[in-house]
Amino acid sequence: MKTDWIPLAVIPLLALAALPLVGSVPTWVTLTVAGLAMGMMIFMMASGLTLVFGLMDVMNFAHGIFISVGAYGAATVLTRMGAQMQGGTLAGDLSVMLPAVAAAIALAAVMGWFFERVLIRPVYGDHLKQILITMGGLIVFEQLIHVVWGADMIPLPRPGAITGSFILGDAAIERYRVAAVVVGLVVFAALWIILNRTRIGLLVRAGVENPEMVESLGYRIRRLFVGVFVAGSGLAGLGGAMWAMYQEQVTPAMGMQVLVVVFIVVIIGGLGSVGGCFVGALLVGLMANYTGFLAPKLALGSNILLMVLVLLWRPRGLYPVGKA
Amino acid sequence: MPDLLRLEGVNTHIGQYHILQGVDFVVPEKQLVMLLGRNGAGKTTCLRTIMGLWRASAGKVLYQDREIQGLQTPDISRLGIAYVPENMGIFAGLTVRENLVLAARGGDPDDTRLERIFRLFPAMQKFWHSHAGNLSGGQKQMLAISRAIVEPRRLLLIDEPTKGLAPAIIGAMIEAFGELKRDTTLLVVEQNFHFARSLGDAVAVMDSGRIVHTGAMAALAADGRLQQRLLGLSLESHQ
Repeated sequence: MKTDWIPLAVIPLLALAALPLVGSVPTWVTLTVAGLAMGMMIFMMASGLTLVFGLMDVMNFAHGIFISVGAYGAATVLTRMGAQMQGGTLAGDLSVMLPAVAAAIALAAVMGWFFERVLIRPVYGDHLKQILITMGGLIVFEQLIHVVWGADMIPLPRPGAITGSFILGDAAIERYRVAAVVVGLVVFAALWIILNRTRIGLLVRAGVENPEMVESLGYRIRRLFVGVFVAGSGLAGLGGAMWAMYQEQVTPAMGMQVLVVVFIVVIIGGLGSVGGCFVGALLVGLMANYTGFLAPKLALGSNILLMVLVLLWRPRGLYPVGKA
Repeated sequence: MPDLLRLEGVNTHIGQYHILQGVDFVVPEKQLVMLLGRNGAGKTTCLRTIMGLWRASAGKVLYQDREIQGLQTPDISRLGIAYVPENMGIFAGLTVRENLVLAARGGDPDDTRLERIFRLFPAMQKFWHSHAGNLSGGQKQMLAISRAIVEPRRLLLIDEPTKGLAPAIIGAMIEAFGELKRDTTLLVVEQNFHFARSLGDAVAVMDSGRIVHTGAMAALAADGRLQQRLLGLSLESHQ
């Protein structure tokens, strides 16, 4: 099977189509980098969800809580160790950021394990119950964030090493956005290698297509699913931490707010497709930034329009997974 | 020959439907048993129940004299039972190689077994790095069977291996099954009577969720009236 490059080509086409509308090359460069950065962060949040959809046909509306919990985990570390970032050295920044990111991933992963074990396991195979219980879980745990961290917005200090901008010609490019693109690419590369070069990845890809056949070959798909669920939750936590640093604040509802875009990305990409999720996230990120500049009131609507157009073109998403 | 597999009074419910209604039959070691019957008789349900994909609501499934009806599907597979479903169950997004690597749970497939697979189905070697979704219907069936034999298995459960295949491919399948049955026990669900007659040692015929006939395949093949009564067909129409 040849690689389908057409959906990938839509990314530069969308960017080029926006250039005459934006009118200014420096502004277009800034918006494009911002769009790619946003896309990468959404990809981190959405990649686990798409695998959970694909692997076990589970509709997990509670995914937003992993994003929020990751953001709060990172915020806790960043605010408590913020003094170490005052020196303005890269080493000092990293000594805070790495534990912050690790806390975000670990907290979200533990939360993911708990959700799978307690809420989702009893409702396998029943979409209605999955929607109800995961939505309920999202609301309950959002309220628990109010209890633990408070209902108010918490401002986040951003490390000096990733604050400020590069000047490229006349365009100002935020360092943080470049860092987000780099982290997103690393996550995508790691996922690609795991999925395509390891036996676990082979099992996940096969399980997304036909979980029953994987079981018939002697593998316990349930264990695989728990692993994917926990890893996907951890990635959502990482995405949440990155998103929080991007917004320079955390709020209890941030996971729920970004969940709409995450679902759009998962649907655009094709349920269960990590590659599709990556392309879909970049398209959504670019679209949100271009329309945010050109017609701010249409920012979210434009992504829904994008989803409609993609589904009219490819009803099962950009890279549909051949479900059995 | 000792019995490798024995079903005793197996009942299976799917939702509100009572599909298997007390199924009894045996699969002797090193024999190829054909499971025949009209559409909806319960043949596929029977294989899926043996494999643990649907739970038996009553009765026993004994494999090597051990009850397996309560085991999970992966545990049943690990006992040495391979299953090829009616839709073949190949992983279309994976290459031929990846499909076989996945089936060889211990790691890469054993060279000797691969050589045997390539001898039985040369297309597997030719399309080794091709995505399984790009194979023809016959090649997909060959891959599904190759996957079932890439590891040593004592019992193969195969559901309608000739479904939708061209006559030339069916001929190749008959040859391949002829070799497989020399050292493996097979339970094959089949609608193609010519295929069944060519390969079957024994036969069990199902109707309305029950076994209505068991015996030697040769005896059924020689008795047109019995075929007409059990299967609603005459041998002449399936020459």
